[in-house]
Amino acid sequence: MTEQGSHRTTTMLTGAQALIRALEELGVDTVFGIPGGAILPAYDPMLDSKKVHHILVRHEQGAGHAATGYAQATGKVGVCIATSGPGATNLVTPIADAYMDSVPMVAITGQVASGLIGTDGFQEADICGITMPITKHNFLITRAEDIPRAVAEAFHIAATGRPGPVLVDIAKDALQASAPFHWPVELNLPGYRPVSKPHGKQIREAARLITQSKRPVLYVGGGVLKARATDELLQLAELTGAPVVTTLMARGAFPDSHKQHLGMPGMHGSVAAVTALQKSDLIVALGARFDDRVTGKLSSFAPDAKIVHADIDPAEISKNRAADVPIVGDCREVLTELAVAVRAENAAGRKADYSVWWEALDDWRTRYPLGYETVAGELAPQYVIERIGKLSGPDAIYTTGVGQHQMWAAQFISYEKPNTFLNSGGAGTMGYGVPAAMGAKAGRPDTTVWCIDGDGCFQMTNQELATCALNNIPIKIAVINNGALGMVRQWQTLFYNQRYSNTNLHSRRIPDFVKLAEAYGCVGLRCESPDQVDSVIEKAMAINDAPVVIDFVVHEDAMVWPMVPAGLSNDEILAARDQRPDFDESE
Amino acid sequence: MSTLAPGQTHTLSVLVENRPGVLARVSALFSRRGFNIESLAVGPTEHKEISRITLVVNVEDHPLEQVTKQLNKLVNVLKIVELEPASCVRRELILVKVRADATERQHVLATLEPFGARVVDVAVDSLVIEATGETAKLEALLRVLEPFGIKELVQSGLLAVGRGSRSITDRSLRAVERAA
Repeated sequence: MTEQGSHRTTTMLTGAQALIRALEELGVDTVFGIPGGAILPAYDPMLDSKKVHHILVRHEQGAGHAATGYAQATGKVGVCIATSGPGATNLVTPIADAYMDSVPMVAITGQVASGLIGTDGFQEADICGITMPITKHNFLITRAEDIPRAVAEAFHIAATGRPGPVLVDIAKDALQASAPFHWPVELNLPGYRPVSKPHGKQIREAARLITQSKRPVLYVGGGVLKARATDELLQLAELTGAPVVTTLMARGAFPDSHKQHLGMPGMHGSVAAVTALQKSDLIVALGARFDDRVTGKLSSFAPDAKIVHADIDPAEISKNRAADVPIVGDCREVLTELAVAVRAENAAGRKADYSVWWEALDDWRTRYPLGYETVAGELAPQYVIERIGKLSGPDAIYTTGVGQHQMWAAQFISYEKPNTFLNSGGAGTMGYGVPAAMGAKAGRPDTTVWCIDGDGCFQMTNQELATCALNNIPIKIAVINNGALGMVRQWQTLFYNQRYSNTNLHSRRIPDFVKLAEAYGCVGLRCESPDQVDSVIEKAMAINDAPVVIDFVVHEDAMVWPMVPAGLSNDEILAARDQRPDFDESE
Repeated sequence: MSTLAPGQTHTLSVLVENRPGVLARVSALFSRRGFNIESLAVGPTEHKEISRITLVVNVEDHPLEQVTKQLNKLVNVLKIVELEPASCVRRELILVKVRADATERQHVLATLEPFGARVVDVAVDSLVIEATGETAKLEALLRVLEPFGIKELVQSGLLAVGRGSRSITDRSLRAVERAA
């Protein structure tokens, strides 16, 4: 470390005090965690902190997903804290989840005293070893004097480049020992140099392809949200007139109401979005990673398309689909410069004409709009979700679990603004919804936060209702209760001859979600018929001093459509059951 | 001992920060991403802050790009250089314990000379032989020793350094010094 200017402060602090001070200096206002033996020293100075507010959760997984929800809703780094051993291993799922979805998160764990490391001490787990493949980086700290810099480096790594989770594991004796505290600290990361500025030549080449193409698609991924590039995206889209698709991780990056928006691509994407990619001659991938849930069978994905692939992570480019024009850079800079380059092309008399393309696209979206069937006397889950979206509007934040309800929430709520749809896209973590909503609400207390959950997911993490009730975090949870692990059941219906092995949860009988909510100090409501839907939602929206759980008892056979069955080409998309779209006239 | 098609093996010199756990990160990355390591050697460099990992990987060109990109994402990795066989010196070391009683000993010794191998331990009924060289040469030596009876073979990972006066560590050292 080199010496710095006069603002540099030096005092003797314990490692624990240094940790809390470092968090304060880094602007952390909220952390989620549970104390335990090894992390206990850190909890003592936490009690005195005026800046860092600790929310005591009921399970470390809840702390991890809450940190993720907080980060996704605010754009800041989410922080969770746990003790050694089982406390730390309970964070593994949310860390893996944050890694897959590139969420900036710092996990702080206590570790047994340095002398005990490696001896299988009480509550010892090699959490650095365990999380090595699911963190962007991690640190094992055994000396008090190393704590401030490690914490500063962890925040820097988590938030810059392609964001991701960073774990800081601190030995108990390092928390207890004293050392001079210096702030600010100089980062020592010679091997960490994320590239944000795109290469000019590649940008010009991309602009040339955009103006030359006849059937382009802007394939927008979560990177656009992370780069805060939604204004720039709107500009480029309107400048070029190209159609836009937003992936599950990018819902809200482009207004759903915009006429150039074709919806979500992928396994449960709209026919228009899936088909547009499939038949395109140019895909401009922006902060997206050609995930298998988007491409379907990779070898037959978009066979005629050239690929412009812009991502801040060089390893994503050409990982799954070879890029013709690779662009390494931050999406905001990429989009800004692309717009300049496209204008230059236009000024030179080269302007694209996508009118024939739009005729086909409009035809597909007119003939195959998103929709669902209703069964008389049954409550359609899609209708419930659609009404929640309509009544709460585009300013609310929506989190989900994983499964059918997640897909319906992606399909039937209109997202107009960035960071309003939070879900577990890459990892597909059931149980993400409630704690993520808690984190989002803690970060944005003035915003209405809905968790659209399934009855399966809800039972994985609903212990955090207690945390929400006690900490004045009034989230609203819509349990889309079909009494089953719905998405798995859907696959059993379609691919396993309706043999429903272990997917019936009986959660219309047990537990009673209304009583469960009440037991946790929340308001519990139930809705069983379509005519009650609006009034129940409105009732929930009128309650702002307690969390609300609504048990929506829905039709158990509802399915998510459209669907590209796993492993098949996107050409095999089914608009609805046994209904292959007819594209012949557009060939 | 590698018996691979030459077009598919690549020698990577990976400069890393000399910190605990870095080798584990590199090897964990390989197993997680499904890449195969044929050979791995790690040791200090002329700069105490930098260690050098020499990796031989057997992959097609496309996954090789993925290997290097993923390695580059490791925070402790400073630099990766692929060393082309034509422009680098590549060496492995073997220690081989060969059955050799009094009657066989002279025959064994006679085979060593063309390989520049030498005896480093002598027992009543065995010899320990040390040899260095390129993979092919050591393979040939082992084929010659095989009939005598190989009791034990220890082999190092491959080491490689570029020919000529340029050094790949200079610039990385400057980065480390700047940060320190």
